[in-house]
Amino acid sequence: MDNISSLNYFIPELMLTLTILVLIVYDLFLKKEESNYTAYVAAAGLVFTLVTLLSSYSNVETSLFLGMIAHDPFSFFFKFLFVLTAFFTVVISSTSLEMKGKFHGEFNTFVLLITLGMFLLASAMNLLLVYIAFELVSVTSYIVSGYLKDSKRGSEAALKYVIYGGVSSGIMLYGFSLLYGLTGTLDISEIGRILSQNNSGDLTVLVSFLMILAGFGYKIASVPFHFWAPDVYEGSPTAFTAFLSVGPKAAGFALLIRFLNTAFVSQDNVNMASWGALEQLAWPEIMMWISAITMTLGNLVALKQDNVKRLLAYSSIAHAGYVLMGIVVLTQDGLFAMMFYLSAYYLMNLGAFFVVLNVADRFGSEEIDGYNGLVYKAPFLAVCMGIFMFSLAGIPPTVGFIGKFYLFAALIKGGSAYYPLAIIGALNSVVSLYYYARVLRAMFVRGEAVDSEMPIIKTPVAVIGMLAFPVLLLGLYWAPLSDFAHASLKLLIIH
Amino acid sequence: MQNHLLSALTFIPVLGMFAILFIPRDKTYVIKVVAAVTTGLQLWLAVQMFLVFDRTTTAMQFVEHYSWIPAFNIEYFMGIDGLSAPMVLLTALLSFICIFASWNIDKAVKGYFALFLLLDAGMMGVFVSIDFFLFYIFWEVMLLPMYFLIGIWGGPRREYASIKFFLYTLFGSVLLLLAMLALYFYNEPHTFNMLTLMQTKYDYNFQIWVFLALFIGFAIKVPIFPFHTWLPDAHVEAPTAVSVILAGVLLKMGIYGILRINFPVLPDATLWFAVPLGVLGVINIIYGALCALAQTDLKRLVAYSSISHMGFCLLGMAALTTAGMNGAVLQMFNHGTISAMLFLLVGVIYDRTHIRDVDGFGGLAVRMPIYGGMVALAFFAGLGLPGFSGFISEALTLIGGFGAEHNSSTFRWLTGLAVMGIVLNAAYFLWAYQKIFLGKLNEKWAGLSEISGRELFTVVPLAIITIILGFYPMPILGMMSETMNGIIEMVKSGAITALQ
Repeated sequence: MDNISSLNYFIPELMLTLTILVLIVYDLFLKKEESNYTAYVAAAGLVFTLVTLLSSYSNVETSLFLGMIAHDPFSFFFKFLFVLTAFFTVVISSTSLEMKGKFHGEFNTFVLLITLGMFLLASAMNLLLVYIAFELVSVTSYIVSGYLKDSKRGSEAALKYVIYGGVSSGIMLYGFSLLYGLTGTLDISEIGRILSQNNSGDLTVLVSFLMILAGFGYKIASVPFHFWAPDVYEGSPTAFTAFLSVGPKAAGFALLIRFLNTAFVSQDNVNMASWGALEQLAWPEIMMWISAITMTLGNLVALKQDNVKRLLAYSSIAHAGYVLMGIVVLTQDGLFAMMFYLSAYYLMNLGAFFVVLNVADRFGSEEIDGYNGLVYKAPFLAVCMGIFMFSLAGIPPTVGFIGKFYLFAALIKGGSAYYPLAIIGALNSVVSLYYYARVLRAMFVRGEAVDSEMPIIKTPVAVIGMLAFPVLLLGLYWAPLSDFAHASLKLLIIH
Repeated sequence: MQNHLLSALTFIPVLGMFAILFIPRDKTYVIKVVAAVTTGLQLWLAVQMFLVFDRTTTAMQFVEHYSWIPAFNIEYFMGIDGLSAPMVLLTALLSFICIFASWNIDKAVKGYFALFLLLDAGMMGVFVSIDFFLFYIFWEVMLLPMYFLIGIWGGPRREYASIKFFLYTLFGSVLLLLAMLALYFYNEPHTFNMLTLMQTKYDYNFQIWVFLALFIGFAIKVPIFPFHTWLPDAHVEAPTAVSVILAGVLLKMGIYGILRINFPVLPDATLWFAVPLGVLGVINIIYGALCALAQTDLKRLVAYSSISHMGFCLLGMAALTTAGMNGAVLQMFNHGTISAMLFLLVGVIYDRTHIRDVDGFGGLAVRMPIYGGMVALAFFAGLGLPGFSGFISEALTLIGGFGAEHNSSTFRWLTGLAVMGIVLNAAYFLWAYQKIFLGKLNEKWAGLSEISGRELFTVVPLAIITIILGFYPMPILGMMSETMNGIIEMVKSGAITALQ
């Protein structure tokens, strides 16, 4: 589709851009202590974006801007998640004490900028656009993670993030250039076609694949590119940590899935129930190892954490490992399971971090010991956190269990070659329960009953409730979500 | 009501739980009454079920069958047969009694009863589900309230005990989940319907692996040696009513699962595993009894005696004879009532003295004659004295063991060893009784009050059931015998055709 007619399908992105511009100007007219008013503008802009996004939905795959951008149900699924993530983040950050009196205007602008970057990441079909979108997300994230600039941890986080990010995106760029040298094109479906016709250059393909994986692995925080995550998660403002742990991670997965599913598969059975990997490249095996090591390492290190934010950081590394289980089987079932799990993970992880934020605001602690007796001080918050923890551990009746169930189902269905990975995944759930239960134990088992509950701040509690309720509800009846994920399995392939 | 009896049995406690959540937390009496009414209603329904249950068929009864998640062929499928019906009755009975045994809970009353009702719903759901997925959901739902009930209202080492229980059972559950998925995908079209799963012939090696995964999942719950170490800790730390549920209902779920799924679905693996199962049963009997002999903590003693008694179920099942199978399921029911009685009675003395050390008492029969009499009755029932229900079921499992048609000489030996277990059981019960109640009164306890009316109300119904079933076991035995023959038939015929 040519550039002009493509614009009709690009309205959500334009809406986001407009909101960003309005935010920048509006912030200029506000006093510093009023800057959290920008949250209203940002939230309104995101609502409009959501509306235009919903109205732009179409069931067919189209390519926009002469093949630069895919407009397909797959990217719609992720954009939908991104808008909601940004919305909740903007709302909850406006009440966060941690950020009180700081530059909310800039924060909201950056969150929306990252959202725009993620929109492009989920739909980019061209390596150049992939790189630009990738950097848009990364560079903006560096700034926001150092947002608490008077805190030492914040500055350390930002610096680590920049260095890791710079190195890994440099490596990725080198991988792109190898691929370009090999195929002479930047279009990923064209790359896929040329690679599968041409069996030469095995080693180069392998090297470029590994290099590109460095970039993607860094975004989804999989081993061995995960080292930045705990420090950045701990040092960033909690509202942004919540955003970072679901938004850019999901965007990384969207990119990874599209890239592997388009560029690195053999073209014989594109868009079938199961697809084959490139003959010269055993990437499913590589992904299998990465998945197993990521989840095991994330879970084992999480066992030793005493800071809840850090604990959740390692747990989200482990969850990246779980999600990766879906890609190794090379089936639509696996893809479906990944997408289902990502949306489940979105609800429960965002919710868990929001609880951390609220607890830190009200009781001044991010340590597990600070949660002692939370059920007596703030029962609703404790129960919601309990729901999130159970869901993260994958125990019914929560949506986290259903997500894990689909992942295991995809592996078992894939055949006995995948049984070991399924068993590793299952044992990892048991390990993870131990540290989630440490939080539960602090909240429910320890501490003494107090007479009065603490007064609650309405907005964050409402947001947390809005996330906890679907975690339970979708655990009992998840057909709407699974139908949505099923309908979103269509990825654009340009022939 | 008839058509939705099982749903009602399962979800009435959930309604009760929501009702409790809306009652202000300081109205503790109202909360307790709501819990009692809820479980009372459930018990009444269970008794209705008992009265109209058709004892002449192996088919599922009170069936409810709806689609739940069509895309994955997951169904809301409930039904009971002779294997599950006694367990449904037992669950309803013990839940009702336990509400009264929890009457003097004073910490976070609202939370306690809400969680207890959720536990009740989970247990009931496990016994009535025919869809494997639904079964698994209930199986897991039960874990959450149990963790909190031990963790919040438990004894001094409750943190350790509750997380140990949780991790052990979750380990079993994930194996169960994988085995369930393997069965699901083996069938074409894919299904979780247990009745359909039973009709498929599975590859021999596949059967062995799935059997082992399921078996470990269930064995942890029974618990079968060497997966038993969570049980004494959980029992000792749990509050009385939770111990009762744990011993009375939760332990039965492991055996129920093996009989419901492993035996009929995987007949070849069942025959292959019959001797190891029998051996594990005998180890449970002897090892449990020897451990019980070494205990001075009364609750630990009863906990190990549970491990020992569960061994008889395993032996009876492994023999694959009519007597053995009937004995095993009857033993499940009888042990449910007897161990509940034992834990309730231990709770009575612990509430008064706050110790459970058998050596710390002495001559209590003088101060508490009624209590002493009740304990004597419960202990005699526990050691399998003729005239009490436990004797009949243990005798049946032993008869079944002697009569095993496969590996008959091995089973004769095993049964011979199991008889030793009965002697050991008698030893520790009598020895404990002597230390606590007989001899000179320990002056420290001269001021103890007699067992109260409420406490008697929780124990006496169980005692009556134990005695009635000791003389005439047919009300329960009659429910299950057809189904048991059906399961034996399934194992034998299923395996023979597979061997040809």
